[in-house]
Amino acid sequence: MTTPFRLELVEISKSYPAVKANDRVSLRVAAGHIHAVLGENGAGKSTLMKIIYGAVRPDAGEMRWDGQRVEVASPAAARALGIAMVYQHFSLFDTLTAAENVWLGLDRSFSLAEVTARIRTVAGEYGLDVDPLRPVHTLSVGERQRVEIVRALLTKPRLLILDEPTSVLTPQAVQKLFVTLRQLANEGCAVLYISHKLDEIRALCHHCTVLRAGRVTGEVDPTRETNASLSRLMIGAEPPQLQHRESRPGPVVLAVRNLTLAKEDPFGTGLEGISFDVRAGEVVGIAGVSGNGQQELMAAISGEDRRASPGSIRLFEHDIARASPRRRRRDGLHFVPEERLGRGAVPTLSLAQNTLLTRTRAVGPGGWLRIGDIEALAASLIKRFNVKAGGPGSAAKSLSGGNLQKFIVGREIDAQPKLLVVSQPTWGVDVGAAAQIRGELLALRDAGCAVLVVSEELDELFEICDRLLVIARGRVSPSVATREATVERIGEWMSGLWAAEPGHAEA
Amino acid sequence: MLKLEARAEPSRAMSVASPLIALAITVVIGTVLFVLLGKDPLRGLAVFFIEPVKSVYALTELAVKATPLLLIALGLALCFRSNVWNIGAEGQFIVGAIAASGVAMQATATTGGWFFVPVIVAGMIGGMAWAAIVALLRDRFNANEILVSLMLVYVAEQLLNYLVYGPWKDPQGYNFPQTITFLKATQVPKLFAGYRVNVGAVIALFSVAAFWLLLFRTYAGFQLQVGGLAPAAARYAGFSSRKALWSALLLSGGMAGLAGGLEAAGPLGQLTPHVPAGYGFAAIIVAFVGRLHPIGIVFSAILMSMFYIGGELAQSRLGLPKSLTGVFQGLLLFTLLACDTLIAYRIRRQAPRSTTAPPPALDDATASPVVASAALPAREGT
Repeated sequence: MTTPFRLELVEISKSYPAVKANDRVSLRVAAGHIHAVLGENGAGKSTLMKIIYGAVRPDAGEMRWDGQRVEVASPAAARALGIAMVYQHFSLFDTLTAAENVWLGLDRSFSLAEVTARIRTVAGEYGLDVDPLRPVHTLSVGERQRVEIVRALLTKPRLLILDEPTSVLTPQAVQKLFVTLRQLANEGCAVLYISHKLDEIRALCHHCTVLRAGRVTGEVDPTRETNASLSRLMIGAEPPQLQHRESRPGPVVLAVRNLTLAKEDPFGTGLEGISFDVRAGEVVGIAGVSGNGQQELMAAISGEDRRASPGSIRLFEHDIARASPRRRRRDGLHFVPEERLGRGAVPTLSLAQNTLLTRTRAVGPGGWLRIGDIEALAASLIKRFNVKAGGPGSAAKSLSGGNLQKFIVGREIDAQPKLLVVSQPTWGVDVGAAAQIRGELLALRDAGCAVLVVSEELDELFEICDRLLVIARGRVSPSVATREATVERIGEWMSGLWAAEPGHAEA
Repeated sequence: MLKLEARAEPSRAMSVASPLIALAITVVIGTVLFVLLGKDPLRGLAVFFIEPVKSVYALTELAVKATPLLLIALGLALCFRSNVWNIGAEGQFIVGAIAASGVAMQATATTGGWFFVPVIVAGMIGGMAWAAIVALLRDRFNANEILVSLMLVYVAEQLLNYLVYGPWKDPQGYNFPQTITFLKATQVPKLFAGYRVNVGAVIALFSVAAFWLLLFRTYAGFQLQVGGLAPAAARYAGFSSRKALWSALLLSGGMAGLAGGLEAAGPLGQLTPHVPAGYGFAAIIVAFVGRLHPIGIVFSAILMSMFYIGGELAQSRLGLPKSLTGVFQGLLLFTLLACDTLIAYRIRRQAPRSTTAPPPALDDATASPVVASAALPAREGT
């Protein structure tokens, strides 16, 4: 044996009370290599990374570092070895500057000025554009991620772990990140890259370990694989193809005109002069990096935030800007929020009871509930949308994310809405369920319903939408027909650069 | 170092059994307590658990004590299920008693037997008004309802004292701080001659049915509970949180006021500074021991009233202080909370913290703080 692997995992297992998160997982990463860990949500990727980083202890198995057996008891121990991690969800304090945030995580022996200088040096070396003196709340999500990466690089890591790093980036920012990672690898750092995006892994990584339901289902060279072959390893089948027929848009259903909203939360995003239409029989998609006003726009359209000025939101020519969610629902506007548990459904209540959130068919005169009708509705939703659940009496929290999402989307589709607004339709949903949900949305469109979809997954939007809009810093771009749009252009728009494009002024 | 770790799926059977286990532990600790006090534990337990159910008279007395507890706890259960933390039912109870007494004192020699109806309705309105202060301050100024409702208990006590020491004092009462004894016509009708138990017990049982229907069979009850379980889901559905706040507080205040009115125009028959008997606080325990469920609350109200009667008997028969009632109530609540915690969590041992911890870093935020550091057994590689 020549040089030992930088990191070697041998038969790592970890069980939680309800699930076997890792089942005899082995993995080897060599210095200077970018190694992908591919798998669906819930395949055990995050648990494995937490084990490597010392945040979770494995039940069995061995970890070797440069050929030597090690026990990583804590993240501090992992850092002492030279392991750095960039989490999917950032841990930065909004009110502090980038440099202060980095300083907090470092040895006390440095002064803030030294840290600031080092951030500038490292950021320069790796082409990471970071201003250390800016408060974090003024930074875009991409910039925040760069702060996290710089923080990791300051420790001179020998292994860098990135957990789903591109889910918050524009396509252009993804390319920049790849340049940085390749440079790091060339300098001898090992990189573990966790993702479920096949194209990225094929473009960036030298090796790929595929996980499915906690087990390794393949170790491949991703550059020699196709998306189809990788996806077979990941989900055991090829993703089903959608039938997308040409749309025949009808009259305007939703008209948003010059919608401006001050931000409610100091670290939220205000909305600025947003105007667009959604017509009957078309799917309109809103692309954008998260945190650019999507949540605020959705709340204004759903009626959860009722501060919009009169006339700024119209449904079939009726002003609904100040109407309650129930009133909007009676007029045919149904909404699927991105948070399933706690917003789209009450976790501890049964599926039957959860139908009552948006469906009032079983509410009799005087507010009496017809229990039989409630259960029948839940049972029919379970059957029609192929929800895997114990029955109408199962608590919402007992369902997997994908099944609960099918139930909630089904609940709203079954209400025969005239306008369906869906936020992140397939977030954290397995591939099969995602395909089913997209299919249902298209079927709804073909039946003449207007559909508005907000998603961070560009692929998804290109797959189901007829027209695309981009939201950036609380403003919305002009719309573009999906068949005329390119990933590059939408990506540029995602950074807010659409003013330079004349000829698309039509909203 | 010990650490609590959430269980994946808390057992359903155990969560139903939890109050019974808590009661059993309370009995065991009670036995130890009696032994330490030098009393025969069997006699002590008999005083608490057998004497109160030994005869028809004892049972009716049990019902007398259980009635206010049941009424108040029903309202509180609805309130807590709506995530509105009214812990000032005692104050609403007192103001209910005051308002009922104010009406009762208007009766004259010719007043008919129907007069108890406006008396207890006045009690209800009094309790509602007192709770409305809490709702108003919460709604308008976002004042914490826990603090406001609790502090209003003491205001209500002072109001009561002012009235019985001042304007409402009985001129023929030998200067005792008490009102006149209310006329016969204002008295809540008794159920059986010779026993103190009155129509209030029937009202309480009807209320159980009414609250069960409200909670589990009406859209309004569903909306209230969604507001408590998942406020974001209530906002999404379009259920008004203000409406939930007001209805929860007015209903629970009204129930406490009703209990106060029934008490004033029933067993007490006059206002004295001793109207507050702690029912409003004990009802919080009743509501939780009864799992915030109307049927469960019937049983816990009976249990809690056994503690009340047992405490009084322990004083007269065993020469023990009456505050034993409070000890038993506290023990029951404490053991119940402990049981509930252990049903939802398990205890795990953790390696002790080493003293030579490297400086913590920010990205530990996602890791457990207890696992923050430990020795590195094998560092040859670095």
